[in-house]
Amino acid sequence: MAKHHVTTTVNGDPVEYLCESEQTLLDCLRDELDLVGAKEGCSSGDCGACSVLLDGRLVCSCLVLGVEAEGRSVETIEGMAQGDELHPLQRKFLEHAALQCGICTPGILVAAKALLAKNPDPTETQVRYWLAGNLCRCTGYDKIVRAVMDAAAEMRGA
Amino acid sequence: MRYEKPTTVEAATALLAGQGARVLAGGTDLLVQMRSRVLSPDVLVDIKGIDATRKITKDASGYTIGAAVTGAELKEHPTLSKDWPGLVEAANLIGSTQVQGRCSLGGNLCNGSPAADSVPGMIAAGAVATIAGPKGTRTLPVEDIMLAPRKLALTAGEFIVSFKIPARPAHGGDAYLRFIPRTEMDIAVVGCGVALALDAGGTCTAARVSLGAVAARPLLVEDGAKALIGTKVDDAALAKLEAAVRAACKPIDDKRGTVEFRIDVAGTLAKRTAKIALERARKV
Ligand SMILES: Cc1cc2nc3c(=O)[nH]c(=O)nc-3n(C[C@H](O)[C@H](O)[C@H](O)COP(=O)(O)OP(=O)(O)OC[C@H]3O[C@@H](n4cnc5c(N)ncnc54)[C@H](O)[C@@H]3O)c2cc1C
Ligand code: FES
Ligand code: FES
Repeated sequence: MAKHHVTTTVNGDPVEYLCESEQTLLDCLRDELDLVGAKEGCSSGDCGACSVLLDGRLVCSCLVLGVEAEGRSVETIEGMAQGDELHPLQRKFLEHAALQCGICTPGILVAAKALLAKNPDPTETQVRYWLAGNLCRCTGYDKIVRAVMDAAAEMRGA
Repeated sequence: MRYEKPTTVEAATALLAGQGARVLAGGTDLLVQMRSRVLSPDVLVDIKGIDATRKITKDASGYTIGAAVTGAELKEHPTLSKDWPGLVEAANLIGSTQVQGRCSLGGNLCNGSPAADSVPGMIAAGAVATIAGPKGTRTLPVEDIMLAPRKLALTAGEFIVSFKIPARPAHGGDAYLRFIPRTEMDIAVVGCGVALALDAGGTCTAARVSLGAVAARPLLVEDGAKALIGTKVDDAALAKLEAAVRAACKPIDDKRGTVEFRIDVAGTLAKRTAKIALERARKV
């Protein structure tokens, strides 16, 4: 079976790649496009380390096929900082020490950004529910949630 | 493996009639099962290119919900959550935010798990599936689709295009509750959906009660409905509902709960669910 030729947009840039039918979007980002920010934690939708936005919708890229990105728009952690300038969420994660090994961090940042785009002023409970599909084995969720709340406040200009 | 994305129902049924073909909707069950080699399809037929599977329409007779509409999209619909809050809440219990971005009612039902959360919600609401196949289109109530774990009443080449949800009755309300040992991200030990309608005086005129995870397939509990119809859904009626629900359970023992525990929880859960549906019915 010939490979699929996929034309898509990643972080605003048009890109093309070849992939097999069974390759996931996560495989394609990491192996074909060298965008290794999204991580593979479980490959079963449980950990959220592979989180990306697909047409603005938060998804696990391990549960999307690479061919499904044809003609769509994908946003990954690589598109979050503007050049050398970190996104407020990224800065607050550093300030609050909301990461240790960092495997979960790209997924959590992408997920948190999607939340704040939808709801700029979430309650702590809303943050916790929204991020329930992002597992962290080292940091503990309190620091992560605090960093997200603080970034939200800063972004609201509060 | 081949990947196909047909844009018409006819093209999809033709592909699905072939050897080793399988529907791909959100992939949140299928891709996990392919990864763990539980399933190895030869052809994946992505139905999301077919317009009818991806949209929600509303008319006087109710809603038509595309089988591949995602949980997140159900929640965002401007009126669906007002009319059928229980159905939407049931679908929104599926997985995380990420899973909600992909998971569908069609996938939840056709994956064939007795614990699928949206299925008792759909059954209570009286959902009817529109099924397309090589010989044309037919309809089947949702409670008649799943027969046993991983076994469906669909034949070769058939797939679900959409679900028809009736218009909410004048004083109608629905609810879905599940019992899990934690607050999020777990599989139902028991799930219960209730929909009921009242007359102007508050007497129950119609009811549907459905249970998940307590038998080999999701159940429509007719005796549960009978316990409510003709009553004011008072404590006596709720006690009858509880007994009818417990009598209908044929659960298994597993690490999530014993047979006795599941039966007990099912009765309590049904009463709580019915009370929420009643509150909602009184408000509209
Ligand atoms: C982390 C995680 C958490 C989860 N939590 C829950 C939970 O709490 N509750 C719950 O109920 N489920 C849960 N699930 C399971 C899953 O997300 C749901 O069952 C979901 O609704 C499946 O929908 P899908 O569109 O992704 O289906 P897919 O994976 O695309 O398909 C599932 C199956 O149904 C078939 N199929 C799909 N659509 C059709 C159709 N229209 N016609 C015929 N056949 C079809 C496919 O061929 C496949 O066999 C979870 C999954 C994950 C990964
Ligand atoms: S790698 Fe995708 S959810 Fe864990
Ligand atoms: S920082 Fe290590 S998993 Fe979260």
